[in-house]
Amino acid sequence: MAATNVNPTRMELTRLKNKLVTARRGHKLLKDKRDELMRQFLLLVRENMELRTRVEEEIREANKRFAIAKSGMSEAEVRVAFMNPKQEIQLEMDTRNVMSVDVPVYSYQTRTSDENDVYSYGYAFTSGDLDDGVEHLAAVLPDLLKLAESEKSCQLMAAEIEKTRRRVNALEHVLIPDMEESIKFITMKLDENERSSQIRLMKVKDMMLENAHHYKERMESGT
Amino acid sequence: MYKIAVMGDWDSIYGFGALGLDTFRIEEGQTEEAIRVMRSLAEQNYAIIYITEALAAKIPAEVDRYRTMAKPAVILIPGISGNTGEGVLAVRKSVEQAVGSDIIFNK
Repeated sequence: MAATNVNPTRMELTRLKNKLVTARRGHKLLKDKRDELMRQFLLLVRENMELRTRVEEEIREANKRFAIAKSGMSEAEVRVAFMNPKQEIQLEMDTRNVMSVDVPVYSYQTRTSDENDVYSYGYAFTSGDLDDGVEHLAAVLPDLLKLAESEKSCQLMAAEIEKTRRRVNALEHVLIPDMEESIKFITMKLDENERSSQIRLMKVKDMMLENAHHYKERMESGT
Repeated sequence: MYKIAVMGDWDSIYGFGALGLDTFRIEEGQTEEAIRVMRSLAEQNYAIIYITEALAAKIPAEVDRYRTMAKPAVILIPGISGNTGEGVLAVRKSVEQAVGSDIIFNK
């Protein structure tokens, strides 16, 4: 592992220790971020699902009406009816920061002051079901925008959670254990070096004493 | 100032035109056309693109491309042929991506 190719020096040890402290702090922060993101995400995704079911139901209703309307009119007539829409939507996009994820917030303005002013045709040549269909769609529009908002937020947050989770795991299972191992390796190596130099000194001292006093010779001569 | 686009077959989307959304008609089989239109919409100032589930199922790679981008939001809506469940699937995909497995909607 990483421990085998580090320099066993005091400088490296200090550097690694500092790095470990930073990594631990980063890990704790990222973990908190992940947990909070997850909490927010789960709330949002539930809301998202609710909205989606409602919107899909409404659109289905509208489509039903359109299908009936179309059965009574030719395609050309329908086309003419919708050729020149009265209403126009101008969308404003703002962003809200949720745990460092910029999620969109939409608000919109209609061109005419009356939001229900959506019928782009005279009623003479069109089927009443067409009006119903348009009405359904107009009613669902605010929810449709909210759906876009929450669904996009979910997508963005999901990506961020995935990223954060990877980082947390990398720190927790790879980076921090590696560093701990390296630190242990260096400490052992340094201790070992210290002991070996201690022994060396003792040995040298013995040798110097031997040279000065010739203990061995004296022992052999028996005096 | 941003705009909203709706993509799909004519029958599914013409109603949205009346509300003031910009409709882009893509009929079945025009897959390449759909990709082209979507790219050009993403480059213009469209913040939301609603796309019918049926059409989105044809160009999944293109739809996925915008998942991580701030703009546009690509949202699936049911078309006239009915609800295929693709839209719900997209939400579940987000959950799976975030949590690792689908813990909320797995029924």
